[in-house]
Amino acid sequence: MSDKIKVARRHTNRSEVLIFEKSSPGKRAFELPPLDVPAVNAGEALGEFRRAEGVEGFPEVSEIEVIRHFTRLSTWNYAIDLGMYPLGSCTMKYNPRVNEFVARLAGIATEHPYQPQELSQGCLKILRQLEKCLLEITGMDAITLQPAAGAQGELTGLLLIRAYHQRNGNPRKKVLIPDSAHGTNPATAVIAGYEVENIKSNADGQVDIAKLREQVTGDVAALMLTNPSTLGIFEQQIPEIAEILHAKGALLYMDGANMNALAGITRPGELGVDVMHLNLHKTFSTPHGGGGPGAGPVAVRKILEPFLPVPVLVEKEGGRLALDCNRKESVGRVRAFVGNFGVLVRALAYILAYGPGVRQATEDAVLNANYIRKHLEGAFDLPYTRPSMHEVVFSDAIQKRNGVNTMDIAKRLIDYGFHPYTTAFPLIVSGALMIEPTESESKEECDYFIEAMKAIAEEAEKNPELVKTAPHTTRVRRLDEVAAARKPVLRWKPSDKRSEAAD
Amino acid sequence: MRYLPKSPAERQEMLAALGAKSIEELFSSIPEAYRLKKPLNLPGPYSEAEVVKYFEERATENSSGYTSLLGAGVYSHLRSVVTDAILQRGEFLTSYTPYQAEISQGTLQAIFEFQTLMCQLTGQEVANASMYDGSTATTEAVLMAERMTGRRRVLAARSLHPEYRDVLRTYAKNSGLRVEEISYTPSGALDEKGLKAALREDVCAVVVQSPNFFGSIEGLGALAELAHASGALLVVAVTEALSLGVMRPPVEADIVAMEGQSFGLAPSYGGPYVGVIASKEKFVRQMPGRLAGQTHDLEGRRGFVLTLATREQHIRREKATSNICTNQALCALAATVHLSLLGKEGIREMAEQNVAKARFALSLLEKIPGVKRSFTAPFFNEFAVELPRSVKIVNAELLKSKIIGPYVLGAAYPELTKHALVCVTETTSRAEIERFAGALKAALESPF
Repeated sequence: MSDKIKVARRHTNRSEVLIFEKSSPGKRAFELPPLDVPAVNAGEALGEFRRAEGVEGFPEVSEIEVIRHFTRLSTWNYAIDLGMYPLGSCTMKYNPRVNEFVARLAGIATEHPYQPQELSQGCLKILRQLEKCLLEITGMDAITLQPAAGAQGELTGLLLIRAYHQRNGNPRKKVLIPDSAHGTNPATAVIAGYEVENIKSNADGQVDIAKLREQVTGDVAALMLTNPSTLGIFEQQIPEIAEILHAKGALLYMDGANMNALAGITRPGELGVDVMHLNLHKTFSTPHGGGGPGAGPVAVRKILEPFLPVPVLVEKEGGRLALDCNRKESVGRVRAFVGNFGVLVRALAYILAYGPGVRQATEDAVLNANYIRKHLEGAFDLPYTRPSMHEVVFSDAIQKRNGVNTMDIAKRLIDYGFHPYTTAFPLIVSGALMIEPTESESKEECDYFIEAMKAIAEEAEKNPELVKTAPHTTRVRRLDEVAAARKPVLRWKPSDKRSEAAD
Repeated sequence: MRYLPKSPAERQEMLAALGAKSIEELFSSIPEAYRLKKPLNLPGPYSEAEVVKYFEERATENSSGYTSLLGAGVYSHLRSVVTDAILQRGEFLTSYTPYQAEISQGTLQAIFEFQTLMCQLTGQEVANASMYDGSTATTEAVLMAERMTGRRRVLAARSLHPEYRDVLRTYAKNSGLRVEEISYTPSGALDEKGLKAALREDVCAVVVQSPNFFGSIEGLGALAELAHASGALLVVAVTEALSLGVMRPPVEADIVAMEGQSFGLAPSYGGPYVGVIASKEKFVRQMPGRLAGQTHDLEGRRGFVLTLATREQHIRREKATSNICTNQALCALAATVHLSLLGKEGIREMAEQNVAKARFALSLLEKIPGVKRSFTAPFFNEFAVELPRSVKIVNAELLKSKIIGPYVLGAAYPELTKHALVCVTETTSRAEIERFAGALKAALESPF
């Protein structure tokens, strides 16, 4: 921009300062009703345990400043509500607003986990209904809704497997994990006390059956399989894989992160799966909220039911529901209370809105992914050509010839108004572009995305520098992650001088 | 279906572009025998109005209209409507984990502010954002101590929340950790003598909650000295985070594991809440969970990124500090907005009201014949009382007056069947406290 043009500095083109930097003593944004009991001197009541001064550094701001601060911050975010969010493996679908409404109802949000169960029948009915729906969708026999997220679901699943083997005399040593798996799988196996043994995918991106036969020994507790895999490919041999495992007494764990490709089409329970988790914040539309909260229910076959975490929801005579903590073989609790109840409410609201029509959502998700694949084949390298389900994984092999990698393309996509796809995952694809549109995108939106991707492919050819320095239109440019990690600044301190960020 | 943005014609058009005759063709990689032949047996489809009606009906089957004296790890506090207004902005609600920093500065800066607030409250140097809840934060804090010391024994206070102890045991079972309990004294605080006797060179962590499950405030200085003398770390769990508005921060702790539910999150029958781990800066590379750090962009402007990711599962896989991936970001945002609203004065005043109300409640209860305080240590907004009758029976009587009585300590402590844990916050009115005291007196006087 020319030096001669004076740029008016409005807040929207300046960095929003920290809430602490807006603070000035005496301002306030919250007033309590007057105390209706005799005041107590906190010093006398707490003695040596009293905090002498107010919390040092805590902000002192007015209500309008809080509203503006966070509203401005929000405008720095991309979100599903703004446009397509094709993050592979994350299932960024529409988060229905009615789900938010019902989770906040008085009588739902207000309930205390220790209130008497006879005064909690509404909450328990919600849990029971959700359990039934998820069992119908997965074709499994029993379920726990307690795990707080997918990774905790994985851990719960492995603890169940361990308890099962333990009862049979030997917890076994190893868990097999394909090289295409999410990073949570191996991290979880270790916490459950297992060694991780990787299994290689074959050239089709499927499990190598012959190799698997060799690897499954009496030491193997389970195989953790993501299906469809992180390549977006359905593992066709899953019934056979289950047989191989079962023949040696091992169990099949299915990572249900990609259930959005299967709901209403096929049921893991009929494919030989023994235990699986679901990510309600993926398939069942509960909002990601910038990284949680989620919920990771775990569904199991009958053989694992005795080991489910406490409490277990049970039906008493007369249809009364109760939480049963008295389960001798239970693995214990994985989290305090029943689980992320508010998230479970939202997931049930989603399922009720669709009913059996959940299948249509799955179909649309798979249709969108294949439509995008069809139009981008050729422009981008497709390392695995088996049919795609809900997502498609390209590689940056063509663009790399001009020095442009998947991260560059992703950043350039931001300039075109889209959130990037997932980069550099799965690990078995070098320079992966993992694209999951979900069912929430219209044909028009898919077309815009295809157009953008093709334009970037062309730019990578003709003007690679433009792509490599992207994004060009965001309010901040690429951020220095190396500097952030080298000398971490993880909090503001009162002694910090006011930011010069705005200048 | 109202959530799906395609007309039948568009679906056909897209299928035609793929050269497919029917949608079935797209599922051909699923063996025919395993494809569902009939529609799922699910309730619905419901219109929006029907969805709302279903949940409104469930809401009437719960505890509306009752007064509650429950705390025990989950607290009712005032929440400004502003918090929810911010939380429901789609830009926060419907965004993903902020891996793409250039279009996630809103979430990242809010996380940075959250980390700062948590440090200010706990007196610690760094805080993560975030863990699932207080119970898993406590467990992860212990696992962190195990990594740092290479030791395998854990001494956990019996006065640590019973469900937190359960979760710790579940995780410990398979990682070779041995969890032992340290009892409490008549004051309701940790038994230092017992701790001293149990502490040896193989203990990685001493875990104590303050205020503890009985409401008693622990003297952390002495406990830290004892733990440190044998090379163990002191992990302090905080379930009632509001207490830090008026209480000395747990600076003596090596790691603080906190439940942040009190900061703007509804009880919601057990979750979602937000767990936090805060500690000394030198431990940061052993800390689990997400961290936002300050940095700058190509043009030198301040910005924020997720940092120190080499601790995390997506980079380190089986060598990660934890398997946590999705955390409680939106709940952390709720706490950030809530605490920004309360501010320096508001949090102190709210905490002081809790102190006053709880003492008022205690003064009324102590006037009832046969009722006496169980423990003598100072408390914040919860205290235990011993009743001349079983708390269960008394609570059944209270329900008739539309009062949800205090937590039955006997449920988790067989030695305390006649003891009740009473919680009173700024949301409990004087009239409700008086009604409770009156009903309790009547319940104790009524014949069996």
